[in-house]
Amino acid sequence: MAQVPMEHGLYVAGLLFCLGLLGVLVRRDLLFVLMSIEIMLNAAGMAFVVAGAGWQQPDGQIMFIFILTMAAAEVAIGLALIVQFHHHFKTLDADAARRMRG
Amino acid sequence: MNAVFYISSIIAVVATAMVVTRVNVVHALLYLIVSLLAVALIFFVLGAPFVAALEVLIYAGAIMVLFVFVIMMLNLGARGEAHQKALLSPAIWIGPGILAIVLLGELIYVLLGQDLPRTSGGEVSPKEVSLALFGPYVLGVELASVLLLAGLVGAYHLGRRVVAPRKEGS
Repeated sequence: MAQVPMEHGLYVAGLLFCLGLLGVLVRRDLLFVLMSIEIMLNAAGMAFVVAGAGWQQPDGQIMFIFILTMAAAEVAIGLALIVQFHHHFKTLDADAARRMRG
Repeated sequence: MNAVFYISSIIAVVATAMVVTRVNVVHALLYLIVSLLAVALIFFVLGAPFVAALEVLIYAGAIMVLFVFVIMMLNLGARGEAHQKALLSPAIWIGPGILAIVLLGELIYVLLGQDLPRTSGGEVSPKEVSLALFGPYVLGVELASVLLLAGLVGAYHLGRRVVAPRKEGS
């Protein structure tokens, strides 16, 4: 199996995380924002797995499983919210919800 | 095997960049699946086969199916592409782009000073993972089950078809 320096795996994880962050900051479409959050969570989990592979411990993989559980719960709630948002505003543009009605 | 790691890393990064820049949401979703499969291959090569399988099953399988369902339910085909394109003008990318690049530079700078071990490629088998998961981490498993229950109830509550309109002034 691959014998790469651990830094390289962490570089890839950091790059993926920054791409996800860029997506959250730039995109206004809620579906893209949710996808970018998925990318960021996946990158964080990847850092755990790479570290676990570096030290040959199972803890990294366990943390990835927990992150996976959290991502699944988060995406279920997020998509339900998006469906409701679309019913209310007939669009997925986050700017449509910027006005508060107290 | 090292080549497999680097090639899948490049595929993951390129596919993710495509996800962030696409206009059509279905195209972005397909690129995201490619990216997740590439990450699964990285996990496999690094000696974490159990997590690689979970990545394919849950991320590229279940979560992406949820996304596809929502896209189909809301019928978001080529809706508002011109509007989206206008939002993707270069001027909008400059500020967040600089921030993200500075963050990445800091991360790389911090990692450069570290004395980290090489990954040996030895496999951490599913058996070891399960023993640790249901040994020292069993409390985390219970908490995860509570979180999933909360997610289930929350998604059911939010996903109802009709939401009663809020009364004015209440």
